[in-house]
Amino acid sequence: MKWLLVLALLASPAFAEAPRVTVGSKAFPESWILGEAATTLARRAGATAEHRRNLGGTEIVYDALRSGSIDVYPEYTGTIAEVMLHSHGRPSLAEMRAALRSQGIEIGEPLGFNDSYGIAVAPGVAHRLGLRKVSDLAPHPELRLGLTHEFLGRADGWPGLARAYGIPPGHPLGIQHELAYQAIQAGKIDAMDVYTTDAWIERLGLVVLEDDRAFFPRYDAVFLYRSDLVTRAPQALAAIRRLEGKIDETRMIRANARVVLEKRDAALAADSLLIESLGTAESAPARASRTADLLRYLVQHLRLVAISLLAAIVLGVPIGIFSSRSPALARVLLSFSSVVQTIPSLALLAFLIPFLGIGAGPALVALFLYSLLPIVRNTYTGLTTIPAALLESADVLGLTATARLWRIELPMASPAILAGMQTSAVINVGTATLAALIGAGGLGEPILSGIQLRDTALILEGAIPAALLALAVQGAFDLLERAVVPRGLRLRGD
Amino acid sequence: MAEGAALTLRDLSKSYDGHAAIEGIDLDVAPRTTLALVGPSGSGKSTVLRLVAGLLRPDRGEVRIGSTAMGESSKRALRLRMGYVIQEGGLFPHLTAFENVALMGRELGWAWDRVRGRVGELAGLVGLPVEWLARYPAQLSGGQRQRVGLMRALLLDPEILLLDEPLGALDPLIRARLQEDLRDIVRRLRKTALLVTHDMAEAAYLGDEIALLRDGHVVQRGSARDLLERPADPFVTEFIRAQRVLEAGR
Repeated sequence: MKWLLVLALLASPAFAEAPRVTVGSKAFPESWILGEAATTLARRAGATAEHRRNLGGTEIVYDALRSGSIDVYPEYTGTIAEVMLHSHGRPSLAEMRAALRSQGIEIGEPLGFNDSYGIAVAPGVAHRLGLRKVSDLAPHPELRLGLTHEFLGRADGWPGLARAYGIPPGHPLGIQHELAYQAIQAGKIDAMDVYTTDAWIERLGLVVLEDDRAFFPRYDAVFLYRSDLVTRAPQALAAIRRLEGKIDETRMIRANARVVLEKRDAALAADSLLIESLGTAESAPARASRTADLLRYLVQHLRLVAISLLAAIVLGVPIGIFSSRSPALARVLLSFSSVVQTIPSLALLAFLIPFLGIGAGPALVALFLYSLLPIVRNTYTGLTTIPAALLESADVLGLTATARLWRIELPMASPAILAGMQTSAVINVGTATLAALIGAGGLGEPILSGIQLRDTALILEGAIPAALLALAVQGAFDLLERAVVPRGLRLRGD
Repeated sequence: MAEGAALTLRDLSKSYDGHAAIEGIDLDVAPRTTLALVGPSGSGKSTVLRLVAGLLRPDRGEVRIGSTAMGESSKRALRLRMGYVIQEGGLFPHLTAFENVALMGRELGWAWDRVRGRVGELAGLVGLPVEWLARYPAQLSGGQRQRVGLMRALLLDPEILLLDEPLGALDPLIRARLQEDLRDIVRRLRKTALLVTHDMAEAAYLGDEIALLRDGHVVQRGSARDLLERPADPFVTEFIRAQRVLEAGR
């Protein structure tokens, strides 16, 4: 039964006449909720709508929008100015629109809330030192700051803030946003950057310092959408734009709290938000059970691993064979695959998006590239370490080059080649969890959501199957080795 | 005289990185006789054997098997007329003794019965119990591996045996036993053989004739008695004496 449900989900109905609208969202709850709300509205307007959650970071999701992998996603005006326009001033909405229009991107009207950056301090610390405004931080360089990597890197983040307020820049700790809440609760850090609509601020009683020098620009939430949506899916777009001016800070914080604190699904929180904002009830689409979700992630994960690994084997073994025949070629090919291996996975994924969009495509390419090196290198090593005297014996016996390769070289190199495949497969299972960052799904999906929600159970829902899968793959290759590697090679000499 | 020779080497020269390994070697081996190449390390004796096997290409001169010159196009056909035995037998570790011996028969499309019959025959010839053929090389002793290597070399009933220090890695007792068997087999099968060894006594025992090499040249060729009684060069006496001292010292 569950399998049928999974199949039904995988093969979502495609109505020829219904326009397709793909909604994107970044990897945090507020973005998911707005993405879900937009998806529901588009679907209700007759479109075939799909939501690609958890696209990792502004660059990735914006590239996805420009390349047409997604049609619309929620963004913030401050981010548009800083990240997309590289503007140091405070451009008006009209100026931003003019700038993005040339790229085929439109900006809707503000939704009604400002989710700005803020600096929040642990209540005890704020009380003890009498901290109320950001400028109060200047005389306290001893405070331990835990800041997100994005905030540390942006000109309108920590560097600019420290300069504007004359705070010694010091060495703030770079930390993932949700983990920072954990750290400040545990007293490991004193202050952190927050988004002003974060549900945790109220829950933990954090004191958000007043931006008394008006350093932070406004981060009004807006929908960014592709210009062609106006003609391609006008009704869906109009439905989504009905949210403009309808969501104030209180509503957004409440919706965030439903997901972050009450552990509700983002789709349910989006439905409540729609009811509050538009006064219309929406029958929530039937959600698959957690088990069905998990099965779907597992199937996606297996598919990513299987396809990329198979491609790496089909290509890697011949490359290894050719390399073993030509030292010059070996140097070039092995260096190339070593270089690929040193590229951080997230960077490789981001690099591939402009060419391949988001989803399974770039994930498969990245996983394939990572799987290549161990297979090529082990094939090469396995073949080149066969004693020369044995190869000469094979030649003088009268074996042809082809027969020598199949009868002597590949069987003798088979333990090394299989070990390379095993290494690739295990690495691949682990790396494939990152595919969720570019909308390729897989077991990274619950892990990513779990990190966002500080929900250990949800993290484990992805991490345990991934670990078991790695063990299973390892075991499968051990069995394969017994079946494939000739018995004579497993014997020790006298 | 070269007309009837089974193996002819004419003006054979080969150098590595500008250093001459052998220089203008002329040798021929009459059918059904064994020529032993002896000499100190670096004298070029292994290079000669490798040129005959087609594993190296000469800079100058040629190798003829019967009336056919060794070359890229003739190499494979000629190799099917040779049997090649190296130290430790050169067995493939992933194949059983039987599979090692039968390899070329299967490759040439022999019927199963023919393969099995021939392998059984060879096992009897080299004195290896048939049940040991199911073992892998790692499960055999050095002497047994050597016997399997000899079986493999003899499978296609080649005209010429190329033996490169075939008994080099064995302990003295087993080595003496195998020397006897090897001489017996080569004579019984009336094979032409080219044997490379650094051991003068082995050369004298197995070879009908001996060619003593030094620095890439043949210093003297003849019977063991010729070399001993009519040395062409003081080096011949010196080499033989050095070996005798070693023999006596054992």
